[in-house]
Amino acid sequence: MAKEYENRELILPTKNMALAMGPSHPAMHGIVRVNAKLDGEIVVEGSVDIGYLHRGFEKSVENHTWNQGIIYTDRLNYVSAMMNNVGYCLAVEKLLDIELPPRGTFLRVIMSELSRVADHLTCVAAQVMETGAMTAFLYAMKAREYVWEIVEMACGARVTTNWTRVGGLMADVPGDFVDAVRERIPLVRDVIDELDKLVTKNRIFGDRYRDVGVMTKDEAIAWGFTGPCIRASGIPFDVRRDTPYLNYDAFDFEIPVGTNGDVFDRYLVRMFEMEQSILIVEQALAKLPDGPVSVDNKMVTLPEKADVYGSIEGLINQFKLIMDGHGIQVPPGEIYQAVEAANGELGFYIISTGGDTPYKCRCRPPSFALTAALEKMITGQMIADVIPIFGSVNMIGGELDR
Amino acid sequence: MEKRVRELKVDYGPAENIYWVEVLKGLWITNRHFMVNMWRHILHALRIKAEKGAVTFQYPEEHRPIHHRWRGRHRLTVKQNGAMRCTACMMCETICPDECIHIVPGESPDPNVEKFPEEFYVDALRCCFCGLCAEACPLDAIRLDVIEPEICGFTRDIIFNKEFLMGLNNDRPWEEWYIENKTDSKEK
Repeated sequence: MAKEYENRELILPTKNMALAMGPSHPAMHGIVRVNAKLDGEIVVEGSVDIGYLHRGFEKSVENHTWNQGIIYTDRLNYVSAMMNNVGYCLAVEKLLDIELPPRGTFLRVIMSELSRVADHLTCVAAQVMETGAMTAFLYAMKAREYVWEIVEMACGARVTTNWTRVGGLMADVPGDFVDAVRERIPLVRDVIDELDKLVTKNRIFGDRYRDVGVMTKDEAIAWGFTGPCIRASGIPFDVRRDTPYLNYDAFDFEIPVGTNGDVFDRYLVRMFEMEQSILIVEQALAKLPDGPVSVDNKMVTLPEKADVYGSIEGLINQFKLIMDGHGIQVPPGEIYQAVEAANGELGFYIISTGGDTPYKCRCRPPSFALTAALEKMITGQMIADVIPIFGSVNMIGGELDR
Repeated sequence: MEKRVRELKVDYGPAENIYWVEVLKGLWITNRHFMVNMWRHILHALRIKAEKGAVTFQYPEEHRPIHHRWRGRHRLTVKQNGAMRCTACMMCETICPDECIHIVPGESPDPNVEKFPEEFYVDALRCCFCGLCAEACPLDAIRLDVIEPEICGFTRDIIFNKEFLMGLNNDRPWEEWYIENKTDSKEK
């Protein structure tokens, strides 16, 4: 389409039109602005303005203690907050050189994968809604609600979870957790199947999504893609397999790759990943061991409440872990720990100079590289294709601008 | 486990290219949902017990079942004699990442208790309901278990003082909220 348009004979001289989409535009998730220069309907030059949601995440974490920093990670990718919690805590635990007991590890895997399902559901739903499928959007929201009910059960909040702690979890999951997850998995699966039936083979979406926003393998690597977007471009890169963390080695799952690297492939990869995540959850539930969820280390984990209420040692321990300047003493050093978040590699680079606060906490947000490449992806496309392309990179403002 | 890679490819055959076949399939799914939900709603209207039609809740009249771990509004617990359990140890004020708790410690009128908070404010405008204060409390004095869905529904006056948090001058004492809205997941 674009080629034909370029080669046409000009009868009337035309000028390019500047069009600013956003920062508050219904199709711009969060707040971001796309400045497009249009020649008719073709975007000849596009640029993305970011930074409208900058909250100073890195500085805030540096000004708080190790455990207080976790609440700031909730607000990175707010659809799958638990994965951010896990990533931050893994980084700090690596510095402390402690390893979680098996139950804690399994629970972290279960909740990470459930969060991934919620995140992909949201992304796919928003993407198809913007191209006209309101019903599919509502079905997906229904399924996301099932997942968030489980999240609420585990931590007491739906979005701002604050679930992990350095060296473990907030608390063990309630007794009926496993049954509740098992009960909801078929419901979520049904919705994913329905979404698949409604959208995948429908030519309206096929024509809209195919060969739009193409990123080839080399381009995807050059622009620093990770997550579903690089897999859609045909590179089987997955942090869970390439640099395993938690105990992902113990689970059997497939990594989907696309062929074209267009919007349709990103959609397919996300749909397939949801099924794989549910498979991981089922495997983890089958193997879920009993035991403690937090490490037995009095320098890191808060003591049991019975100890605090009943014994002077427990009380002193509790005070020592909370008082200013005491807290968790992380040895000096620097660490980079990445997790496979829903959008890609979410990394935390933490420098500690000893003491109870980080000296520096840098976050590598997956959305940042994807949004940077948006400029390249939308150039030469129709203005209406900007919306599906933007939907397919799943930009999350909280994570992008931090 | 070794890395297993699956290449995804969806090719459209003649049936998909006709376009109407898939549209009709999609319509079948949406219409089935509509009919099933409609049928259930009719049964409900006729007062016949049936599964819930839609997944939505008619909010002000009907509340979502909330898990007992839900982190809601703060509450200061009291001892059996009605006195505050809090001893103003300042743990919650220290751990609060939003600096929303403000305590003025003082000498307790009870000779058996040394210290108690003369003033205890929770600024719910700053609070992010992370629950760290309840975790840090060595006396189980502060809890976040009052289910109040509309904390700032009709008023912006939500800097809670001690009496309010203890449920003394509240129009609706916390017990009422607790019983009405808190559904243990076992009961579901």
